[in-house]
Amino acid sequence: MGQRVVIDPITRIEGHLRIEVEVTNGKVSNAWSSSTLFRGLELILQGRDPRDAWLFTQRACGVCTYVHGLASVRCVDDAAKVTIPGNARLIRNLLMGAQFLHDHMVHFYHLHALDWVDIVSALKADPKKTSVISNQVSPAGNSGPSDFRAVQVRLKKFVESGQLGIFTNGYWGHPAYKLPPEVNLLATAHYLEALRQQARTARMHAIFGGKNPHLQSLVVGGVTCATDLNADRISEFLYLWKETKDFVDNVYLPDVAAVAGFYKDWGKIGGTTNFLCYGEFPQSEKEPDSLFFPRGAIFNRKVDQVKPVDLGQVMEHVKHSWYEGDKALNPAQGQTRPAYDKLNVDDRYSWMKAPRYNNEPMEVGPLARLLVAYGKGHAPTKKAVDDLLKQLGLPVTALFSTLGRTAARALETKIIGDAMEGWIMQLVENVKKGDTAIYQPFEMPDTGMGVGLNDVPRGALGHWIEIKDKKIANYQLVVPSTWNLGPRCANNKMGPVEEALIGTPVADPKRPLEVLRTVHSFDPCIACGVHIIDPQTNEVYEFKVV
Amino acid sequence: MGHERDLEKRLEAKGLTRRDFMKFCTLLSATMGLGSSFVPRIAEALASPKRPPVVWLSFAECTGCTEALLRTTYPWIDELLLDTISLDYHETLMAAAGQQAEDALHKSVKDNAGKFICIVDGSIPTANNGAYGMIAGRTFLEIAKDICPKALATICVGTCSSYGGLPAAAPNPTGAKSISEVLGIKTVNIPGCPPNPINMVGTIVNFLLFGKLPQLDDKGRPLFAYGQLVHDQCQRRSHFEAGEYAKSFDSEEAKMGWCLYELGCKGPDTYNNCPVVKFNESTSWPVQAGHPCIGCSEPDFWDKMSPFYQKS
Repeated sequence: MGQRVVIDPITRIEGHLRIEVEVTNGKVSNAWSSSTLFRGLELILQGRDPRDAWLFTQRACGVCTYVHGLASVRCVDDAAKVTIPGNARLIRNLLMGAQFLHDHMVHFYHLHALDWVDIVSALKADPKKTSVISNQVSPAGNSGPSDFRAVQVRLKKFVESGQLGIFTNGYWGHPAYKLPPEVNLLATAHYLEALRQQARTARMHAIFGGKNPHLQSLVVGGVTCATDLNADRISEFLYLWKETKDFVDNVYLPDVAAVAGFYKDWGKIGGTTNFLCYGEFPQSEKEPDSLFFPRGAIFNRKVDQVKPVDLGQVMEHVKHSWYEGDKALNPAQGQTRPAYDKLNVDDRYSWMKAPRYNNEPMEVGPLARLLVAYGKGHAPTKKAVDDLLKQLGLPVTALFSTLGRTAARALETKIIGDAMEGWIMQLVENVKKGDTAIYQPFEMPDTGMGVGLNDVPRGALGHWIEIKDKKIANYQLVVPSTWNLGPRCANNKMGPVEEALIGTPVADPKRPLEVLRTVHSFDPCIACGVHIIDPQTNEVYEFKVV
Repeated sequence: MGHERDLEKRLEAKGLTRRDFMKFCTLLSATMGLGSSFVPRIAEALASPKRPPVVWLSFAECTGCTEALLRTTYPWIDELLLDTISLDYHETLMAAAGQQAEDALHKSVKDNAGKFICIVDGSIPTANNGAYGMIAGRTFLEIAKDICPKALATICVGTCSSYGGLPAAAPNPTGAKSISEVLGIKTVNIPGCPPNPINMVGTIVNFLLFGKLPQLDDKGRPLFAYGQLVHDQCQRRSHFEAGEYAKSFDSEEAKMGWCLYELGCKGPDTYNNCPVVKFNESTSWPVQAGHPCIGCSEPDFWDKMSPFYQKS
């Protein structure tokens, strides 16, 4: 019997998550993931106007802002059988692309980096050497010795103030930190730089979306930003896209490669087995054929055998969640009866259900997207992956790891960033031709069903709606973090994060830094992940999936 | 003069030019409705050598309010965190996790009892004894009851902590309530879904400058931000007066930027400064992007203002 370690709260994530692990002989031998917040969004939607749904669902998450809004208008578009104009699709894609760029940048620098980067060690760095390293890996600006010295001076003053603020009680000096002081200084400088870059990148959303977070220019049938479809606004967007792309290409990607070079052993830690991807960025009204990132499922790491996705194979398990019963059901026959008792990892321990596909836990997110695209021969993905592996001298199998997951996120940021240029230029061409259509009027059906499948920064996201009397009869979200961070299923198979944690080294159980690395590599987003119940009445909640 | 030179030196040490800094202070004093004579005093308050401790509690929320704070550009978020305040606890941003995070919270609250500012986003689920939200084995309800009364002041950021917000929308499955309702205390409310970061920063600066919180309306909102109707400040107001309405999102009227009232705009019922300060470095705001205002800074707007696409 090993030592039990509980991390609650897991910080630097969205929402409220508790992780418990058992450590035996310096390694994780067992793990349990618990979601500790329930809000009840889907129930709140019942009886409302389907056109309003997206405004509610967007608030599923403020970190993955926009994505639950887009998923919702797509599913109501589907129910109302409305085909949106090409410009609306382009603008929706551009806003989604901007979300990926922003979200992944913030995840790497502000939610994940401190697992690898010891900020305090940066105080010992020689800024000249940092500058040499920086210039070797990238043509980025702000990289002279005086730039890094200024960061160091600022950091020193901050530390000497005795008020460490958000850096209080970090695991500074932990033996698992492997970067030399000079690389720690480089990454610290970029942590601060990225804090400003993300605010500028988010302005892309404000141009066609009115504001960020929580954009306000989507509608069922298209988008609303009619007066922003002009040369001024498009060139402003183009400028911000270019500035962000420079940061991604010259700072984010080189940093990930530089940091990864010191943590190659993490290419063998934190892997999972099966992967699911719905695909994203429709290039025409034909889905899934026109999706830029293809749809597919991979079992047992067989990347060369990508299977088609059949939604009928999705089952939701509740044996270890705070709901009555232990039967696994397809969402089409789903029942949800809440039964919160207490947190007991041997029995029930999460508000999340455990979704399974073909009875298997499936990892979703950047790594799943990358593997499916790679397996299907997607040219930009193949090139990006092969280039990085060659640079690091790592085999393809190293992708099935914590390091692989973190690298996949950076690689797809570049791939999406590159693709956005074409979408911007298409929009320019359309406007030049006099095509300014952004909205298709429609009649809301009295009854109908709709589905919106998406692949968002954290992975496969599905929204389902059932309409009766022009109102929402039922609404269901099956979200990425439920796939990745859900508990065990009826067959006692671990969820992906639980599986990934097995074998993780833990040098000091009182300071479980290594556990955070793997958990954060999934970019957990918990607010979205929890299912709907009616605790007042214990009412059975049923939903039919098309 | 010696005093000013000292300030300049401190600014320089923080990597700021005096010109940048004064630009920010001028913008902020204008947002807060203060005269230009306050500019140097704001500058002084923001460069104070001892940074005021702030504890940020997140309850039933979506982290949108935190993301909004990250978008502040005058000052930038790194300046706010390194130079202006000492953010001692904030789950999304802090380096520490688990026990070390809990220790940081309790140490700051103990060391700064009665002196720290408590910022809260998210409402508090009260049904089932608060079981719908827990951190480190304690319910949100218990945490709020423990921490908020020990603060100098509690600032509610966002509509959820201010008034209940999304989790409290009908049928309010978790019995979600605002902080003031649960604790029976007066809070400063900065509603919005999420609110504009300039209104959060403006409130904090008011505190640093005057040693007290800004003047509030009867719903606890700072008057400098929420003193006027969106409708009265809207760029499309002249179209409303002229009876020029867009009736569909694809109409010529929509493309000409006419009034969105017929499409459901809630600007006439909503107090906020969105049309004036706008969002993300004054890039835009919802009505500019052709979408009706949904009244997101008003209490119970999810129920009272919806259906959103119907004329009220």
